[in-house]
This record gives sequence, structure tokens and C-alpha cells, in this order.
Amino acid sequence: MTKILVDGTEVDVPADYTLLQACEIAGAEIPRFCFHERLSIAGNCRMCLVELKGAPKPVASCAYAVKDCRPGPNGEPPEVVTRSGLTKKAREGVMEFLLINHPLDCPICDQGGHCDLQDQAMAYGVDSTRYHENKRAVEEKYIGPLVRTAMNRCIHCTRCVRFLAEVAGVPDLGAIGRGEDMEITSYLEQAMGSELQGNVADLCPVGALVHKPQSYNVRPWELHKTESIDVMDAVGSAIRVDARGREVMQIEPRVSEEINEEWISDKTRHVVDGLRLQRLDRPFLRENGRLRPASWGEAFSAIAAKLKGADPKRVGALVGDLAGAEEIFALKALMGSLGVTNLDARQTGEAIDPAWGRTAYTFGPTIPGIEAADAILLVGTNPRTEASLLNVRIRKRWRMAPLAVGLILDEQPDLTYPYTYLGAGTDTLASLAKGEHSFLDILKKAERPLIIVGEGGLGALGAAAALAKDIGAVTDGWNGFGVLHTAAARVGALDLGFVPGEGGRGFSAMLEPNALDVVFNLGADERAIPAGAFVIYQGTHGDTGASRADVILPGAAYTEKSATYVNLEGRVQTTNRAGFPPGDAREDWAILRALSDVLGKRLPYDSLAALRKAMYAEHPHLAAVGAVEPSDAAAALETLAALPGRTEKAAFASPIADFYLTNPIARASRVLAECSGLARGRALEAAE
Amino acid sequence: MLSDQDRIFTNLYGLHSPGLDAAKKRGAWDGTKFLLDMGRDWIIDEMKGSGLRGRGGAGFPTGLKWSFMPKKSDGRPHYLVVNADESEPGTCKDREIMRHDPHLLIEGCMLASFAMGAHACYVYLRGEYVAEKFALQKAVDEAYAARLVGQSNVHDYPFDIYVHHGAGAYICGEETALIESLEGKKGMPRLKPPFPANMGLYGCPTTVNNVESIAVAGTILRRGGAWFAGLGGKNNTGTKLFCVSGHVNKPCNVEEELGITFRELIDKHCGGMRGGWDNLLCSIPGGSSVPLVPAEQIIDAKMDFDTLRNLGSGLGTAAVIVLDKSTDIVGAIARISYFYKHESCGQCTPCREGTGWMWRVLTRMAAGRAQKREIDMLLEVTKQVEGHTICALGDAAAWPIQGLIRHYRSEIEKRIDQYSANPHSDAVPMAAE
Repeated sequence: MTKILVDGTEVDVPADYTLLQACEIAGAEIPRFCFHERLSIAGNCRMCLVELKGAPKPVASCAYAVKDCRPGPNGEPPEVVTRSGLTKKAREGVMEFLLINHPLDCPICDQGGHCDLQDQAMAYGVDSTRYHENKRAVEEKYIGPLVRTAMNRCIHCTRCVRFLAEVAGVPDLGAIGRGEDMEITSYLEQAMGSELQGNVADLCPVGALVHKPQSYNVRPWELHKTESIDVMDAVGSAIRVDARGREVMQIEPRVSEEINEEWISDKTRHVVDGLRLQRLDRPFLRENGRLRPASWGEAFSAIAAKLKGADPKRVGALVGDLAGAEEIFALKALMGSLGVTNLDARQTGEAIDPAWGRTAYTFGPTIPGIEAADAILLVGTNPRTEASLLNVRIRKRWRMAPLAVGLILDEQPDLTYPYTYLGAGTDTLASLAKGEHSFLDILKKAERPLIIVGEGGLGALGAAAALAKDIGAVTDGWNGFGVLHTAAARVGALDLGFVPGEGGRGFSAMLEPNALDVVFNLGADERAIPAGAFVIYQGTHGDTGASRADVILPGAAYTEKSATYVNLEGRVQTTNRAGFPPGDAREDWAILRALSDVLGKRLPYDSLAALRKAMYAEHPHLAAVGAVEPSDAAAALETLAALPGRTEKAAFASPIADFYLTNPIARASRVLAECSGLARGRALEAAE
Repeated sequence: MLSDQDRIFTNLYGLHSPGLDAAKKRGAWDGTKFLLDMGRDWIIDEMKGSGLRGRGGAGFPTGLKWSFMPKKSDGRPHYLVVNADESEPGTCKDREIMRHDPHLLIEGCMLASFAMGAHACYVYLRGEYVAEKFALQKAVDEAYAARLVGQSNVHDYPFDIYVHHGAGAYICGEETALIESLEGKKGMPRLKPPFPANMGLYGCPTTVNNVESIAVAGTILRRGGAWFAGLGGKNNTGTKLFCVSGHVNKPCNVEEELGITFRELIDKHCGGMRGGWDNLLCSIPGGSSVPLVPAEQIIDAKMDFDTLRNLGSGLGTAAVIVLDKSTDIVGAIARISYFYKHESCGQCTPCREGTGWMWRVLTRMAAGRAQKREIDMLLEVTKQVEGHTICALGDAAAWPIQGLIRHYRSEIEKRIDQYSANPHSDAVPMAAE
């Protein structure tokens, strides 16, 4: 620890802190543009200049380490002054330079109202201009469908360049030209090839990069902001849903050190238009082969007519990828009261049995834990598409220090960090376990090895667990065995035990022709239900599930309800309601509650609070919102390792074919459809 | 005046062959092994004792700079990088060394590398120096063939020297930008600290030295630091290559003692002022980046680091630009200003935005199309650039303008008066480019 004087206040900070950090600890505010906590230091905006006693000129506090400050002649601590005339003059000067070529288009700029330049010009600038030359004009650049550019406004802080190069791991943005002709652009104006590109617009301190889909549509002060979580993948990123009136206008990331830091994927952010398109806003009933709008009463009586007298063995319930724990709990209770045991929530990853314990289906090391791993084996997963933010953590870990990553998958995707490609499937895993590949030594030598099994590799869960046991992946204080899910609802459903009961059929078995007479489908759209059965679909969007349905019950999307989701780590989180569901649509648990009444099996809760009380009573760990319940990984690993391994040779395939179109909401979005098209084009180009 | 036997660059004008045999006859590579056997500390002490100050412009003591390198390697290799990106307008001394006396440079590289524990040296040449690249490469090849350098050489010190050709950017003469460029990146200066002696090329301890500073090392060590210190004045020792250009009768490159007066330099070597001494307007004594000094102050001034600094200017690279009274001084400084605007790397705000602003205002002032209050504004803008940037290019862009305003404010005011006294139609408004 080193002592340093900031504006006369003595603070004691670690020697490798920068002056900016030391000033912040001392409570002195330092303006900045280029500096960002999660990016490398560029020191180019010069806004953070402070006076350092003894230095001949003001120093950039973001780039100057406390240990580089010289003490006074008698060993006094170095002194930084942030309120002196010199500092003030330096800031005014830099602010003037930033503004001389910055257009005065704040009234039509989307950044207006949350613009760093605007705010800091108010606080640190002067009130008039002395610049009477022509302003610089820069052509707009096309850098992709998600980010609109207005390069006149660019202040060349290079945050966007650094983000893409460092966090997203693609070299797509850079600066060309020099001096005042320097311009930020992508190579030949290609679209940025990252699934995280939307974040560059968040990072942009001015209005040079703004979100294209909502440009000219919203002003920050007319939005009401709801803190929530994302359900596009199983990571459960922290988001803020901004709505104007009843319409969701934009989704922005929230800071969450445990999960997404402050990034979100483009799917999370730009699913917004999907929330308003293709919505199911009233019940429908199929008559003479065509769906017609119906009332809730009609829909319920049609269901009741079908279920009355139906053989419970010929009735099944499916749960999709976006369902909250509350509705799953209610559906399970309703089906239980009807004596139905054909229950399943595992659209993918049917191999998992929750009876094996939570270690078998959660990501043991937790997402921040990745930063402690020193060797990683990816089994049947492409984390970049399955859990983008988790992939960001792996890349972050790789950037800290060299990291060995091995991959077993049927393709060799660009993961944004180098990896050793070991092979395609079960036989590779077997030969690795036998020591036929040198990567085993790396794993064995590692202090904290990590094995990540994706849904594509769940068939070999036992073998992977045996390998984990063999290399000592689970020790005291380190759990290096993680299962990576892709669906937000999955871990919650497994926690609730929404899997076949005694004699019940699993997901695939229920989808066999003529297996069932009545299927209750709670938002499962990814797998086709064969002809024959009477299908009740409860969901939000007119997607494959709804088109196959005989009765449609319109539910609420994740931004329209308060629902509990358990993310892949096993972390319990809740969404919050930012708006109401459209038309006659209702919150899902309430629909099930109303239906149960019609069926004569009234569920014993009249409010969400009562439902949660009942749910928490059965599953107490769900009450601990924000926390991951620890589990006994070592014992569970023993169980898993003892599982009979599959012997046939099979390749591991990632469950995600198209990153942008993984669920009904995303498929309804025009923006994501465009992204998907571009990504397909890139893939074709790469294949040539 | 420097006597012939004290000259270091005895083939400055290319009268003799630059080849190895001829260079050896002139004294290069003489007793290099003996010098190396004297040890690292002896070399650094001699260099310190010689009082040699860096010839690249800043005038930092060379021996002291060498001593900053870690004494013992922590596992990382050490590097010597020679800055041959000679782009300062008016400067053309390194060019002559590489053309005509390249072996002095190569020998100096070897000695300096040895003194710093470096086994590899990179010479970063300016992009426009194509002939110099071939000349230097030829000399390097000769040295390799004669086993003077290389992994196994007659000096028993493994040493490789590489000639790297830049792409022609002024900013790559800044030491950290040069390192970036050498690493294959965009030539943009790094933030300091850490300094190159700690984290330089590829993150390893590196010293960046000017060609002239390195090329004189061999002779200094052979003749002893005391000999070099005996030339010139206190704190400003030794000989220096002066590049005299502008309105003199015979512009030339010449090696002279530091502390020679301006008058003697011009009279002895350049055939005198064009139109006589009364015709001298001012001089820019150290390359375009230093403030100009008007005639009455420069004419009998000693040409050394300290005297010129006291005159509010600097010796810089000793590129003496002489301007006579026919010069459009405001226009000349505006042209220099354009150079800095053009060469700013664009990384940090004050330089990127300020250089263009200063150039535009000065261009108007050169024609008189300005307000008198803008002179003070311009001066303030230069102060806002100076000292607020990552590297010294901001300072270099600001100083010539400060010098102009300090000494020729009346000239600018006169032009503004002349312009406003005459009728002018309003300029046709144009959209911004």
C-alpha cells in the first residue's frame, strides 16, 4: 500500500493503482472519455489530466500508476491536485478541442440525454466557442445492422476498437488515417462479425455509434426502466428493460460482476421488436382445421371437454425454453392432480436425470470461477453461440495469462481464443481419458482444471465425469465440472423435477406418433408434435408450437411478468414486469390457475405471492434470489462417473444451429433475422 | 573551428569509398575487440565522461541513458534500437552518415549493444531513405562477411543487426511510436511510464538512440571520453553535425564543435549570408520544431544546447534553417504548422484537433484574413496543446507558433491591418469538406 495525497486528503492505495483510481477512492471526480474499467488503458482523450506535484506537466491520471509518482524531497507522499487552476485549464482546453469538430446536433442525436460529452461539457467546459473554421465532416460508415454511425460526432476515444479487439475478440474495427483525418471504420465497411457488437454503442461516450434498430425512436427521459434478467440463453444476463408506455423500447445491460459484467449479447438486446411482433393476444380455437379467435371461456371449456375422461397415461405436458419456475410449478401441480406422469421440460438434454443431484445439471465452477481455472476442456459445446457471455469470461481468462483449452465437437468454430482441437465425439473423449492425447497431461497438471459439458456432449456425461474425477477437477474449494445449458427454463424445471414420473414418458417418447391423446404444451416450439394428439399450446408467439395447436392460450413474455429463472450456474433470479401482456394475454401462472378451476382441480393459490410461498415450501433454495446453492460436487461426481457409459461412436453436435434464432421471440424479430442472414452469409464465405 | 584531426565523420561528403576497407583505413573497427574487452562499465563511464548529449533533438546525456538499462537480464532479451527515422524538416545529418560512413554506425551499434547487454540491434530507417537503406544494408552485409558482427564473430560477442525500413511517417521518429511501428503496429506513441528501458520493444528493455549518437561512440571510446569532453563548452561537449539550410550562399552539412557561433558557422562553412549579414531576418536553429530566433539574438549566439535554450529556442537536431528578409515569415510558420497537422498521429485529442486549428488560423493570418484578438487566442491554443499530449509532437507543433508570436506579432498585425484596409468581397461560403 502506498500513501498519496489527493487534494490534501491522504489515501492509502495499492501501488499498482492508477492515479484515477486513487482519486476516486479519495472522492475526487475525474472526467474521462477513453478510460473504461473493463478495457485496456488508451490515455488518448486527455480529459483526465491532473496536476502531479513535481511533474513538469499535467499527467493523464488514467494511465499513471501510483508507484510511478516520486515522493517529495523529505519522503512526503506524492501529491495530486484535481482542483487546481492547472487542472481546470487542462480540462477546459481538452474539452474545447473535443468540441471544435463535434457537430452541434444534440437535438437530433440519439445520445442526447445520456451523453458523456454533453454532461462533461456542462461540468468542465466553457460556454462559448472560439473556433470559427469549418468543422470536419466525416462520412458515415456501415458497420453492421445493429449500430448506426454518425462519424462527425466521433471523438476518437477508441473504446469501440478496444472492446471488439479485447472483449469480443474480433479484429473488425480499427482506425485508418492519421491526425485529424483519423477515422474509425471496419475493413471495407464490412459488418462487424461479433455477437456482442451492440455493446460498442453502449460504450461510445458520444453519439457516433448508436443502436440502429431503435434510432430516432426513443429519448432516455421518456422511458421507465425496469431491472430484470434475460432469458435468451441460460446465462441469465442482468438487463434493464426500458419501456415507453406499454411498449418495450430497448434492453440494456446492467452491471453484474457474477454474470455478464456489463455486456450483453446482440440477441438479448435486439430481441425487442420480437416482443411486439407475432404476438398471441387472444385465445384461439381450431375449428374445421382453422384457428379462430375465441374467448377464454370457450378455450377452457374445449380443454375441459378433451381432458374429461381422458386416460392420464395418454395425456402429456411439455415445457419449453422460456418458461418461468412459477408456471412450471403450477403446471406440475395441475398435471399431478390429473394423475398425469408424462411430464418433461428437456427439449434438449434429455439424458439428464435430476435425481443425480444438482452437479449433474448445473455449471459448478460458476461464471466468475472461470477466471480461476487454468485448463479448460469443452465437451460437445460451442460456448460462443450457446452462452456468449460465458465465452467472454473464458476469453477474459485467456487474456489474463496463457490458458490451455481443449475442444471436443463435430466442428471447429472460432471461439475468439485459441484451442486444441481434440476430436469430434465419444471416441475422442475415451481416448483422451486413456491418455492417448497429451492434453490429458495438461489437465492433470493443472491446479484447477475445468471440464465443461454442453448439451451436445450430455450423452457422454458419465465419461466426462469419470475424466473429471480422474484429473481431480473437484477438490476442496474448487468445482471444475460444469454442465452448460442453452435454455433459460431448463435448470429451474430440473430443480422443480419437471421430468417423467413413475411410468411416464420422456420428451422424445411423448413425441412418438400416437403416443398421446392430449398434449399440454407450455411454450415448447423447438420440436414438432406429430399429428393425432389434441394440443393445447400456452405461449407468447405464433411460432411452430402455436401453428400445431388446437387451443391456444396467450401467455406473457419475460418482460411482462415477474417470474423466477434459475440460470446455468443454479443462480436463482427473477424478472420484473416492465409492461403488460398484449390484448387478452395473461400471466402464465394465472392462466393455469384459471384452467385448474374449470377442470375442477383448483390450485391452492390465488396470488403470485401465494404460489411462491407454496413453491418455496417445496423448494426452499428458490427463495434465495441471487444466490447459488452449494452442492456436494464430489459425491455427485462419483454417482455420475459410475453411470454406464455409452459405447457407440457418436459425434458431439452443438444444439444451436443459428445463434440469432433460438426461440420464438427471437424468431419473431426482424432485426435478429437480418443478423442471422448476415451470419449465414459470412459462414458461406468462410466455407468457400 | 574544429581541426581536421578532431573530425569523427571523415567521409561526410562521400569523397572516399563508404566500403569496409576504406572505412577501416579511416579508423573504423580499429581495436573494437580491445574496447569490448574493457567491459560494460568502462564503456558507460567513458560515454558519461565524454558528456555526449543525445543528437536526436532532446539532448539527453547518452551515457546516462545507457546506464538506465538493467545491469542483469531478468530473462528478457535487451534491445538496441537505432532511430534513423530522420524526418525533422531541415535535418539531413543521419542520411550522410548512412550513405558515406555506415561502418561507424555499425561499430557504434555493436559497442552500444555490448554496453547494454543487447545481442540484437534494429536500425529503423525512414521510409523515404531508400538509397540509404541499400547503402546501410550493403555495409551490414560487408560486416557480416568480414565476421565483424553476427552470431559468431571476431569480437566474441554474438550480435545481430537488422535494417528495418519504415513507411515514412514523422511520428515514427518518436521513440515509442518507432517501437510500435517496429512491432508491426500503427505508429502511435505509447504512454510513459513505463519507459522503454523497462518495457520497450516486444515488452523488453530497450534503448532508442539517434544515428549520430551511436555513430560517434566508436571514436569517442577510441580517443577517450576526455578528448570529446575537451571539445566545445561545459555541458555542451564534443562535435556535432550541423545541417545548414535556407538563405545562405552554400547550404551544407558540416561537423563542428558545439559552441561555435552562428556567425562563424555561416561565414566559415556556408559562404556567408545571402545578401550579407544585414539581410538576416531570423533563424530556426534546431529543426522546424523549435521556436525561431530573430537575427539580433542569434547572430553571435553560441550554437549549443544551453545557449539556445536560454534564447527560448533549442539546438534540437542542429538543423539550422536560415531565413533572410525576403521571407514571408508568417507563411513559413504556417507551412511548418501544416507539416505538424499532416503528421499528427491522431491518437490524443489536443494534438489531433489542435494542429489543424492552429494551421487554419495561421493560414488566414498569413493572408491577413484574421482579427487581432485571434493572435492571443492562437497563442492560448498553442499553450493548450503544449504539454497536454502523449508525446512531444504537440509541443513541436506549438513551439514554432509561439516563437512567431513572441517575435513577430507586429508582422501579423501589419498584415491584418493591410488586409482590412483594402476592400474585399466576402469569400464564397463553402460547405465543410
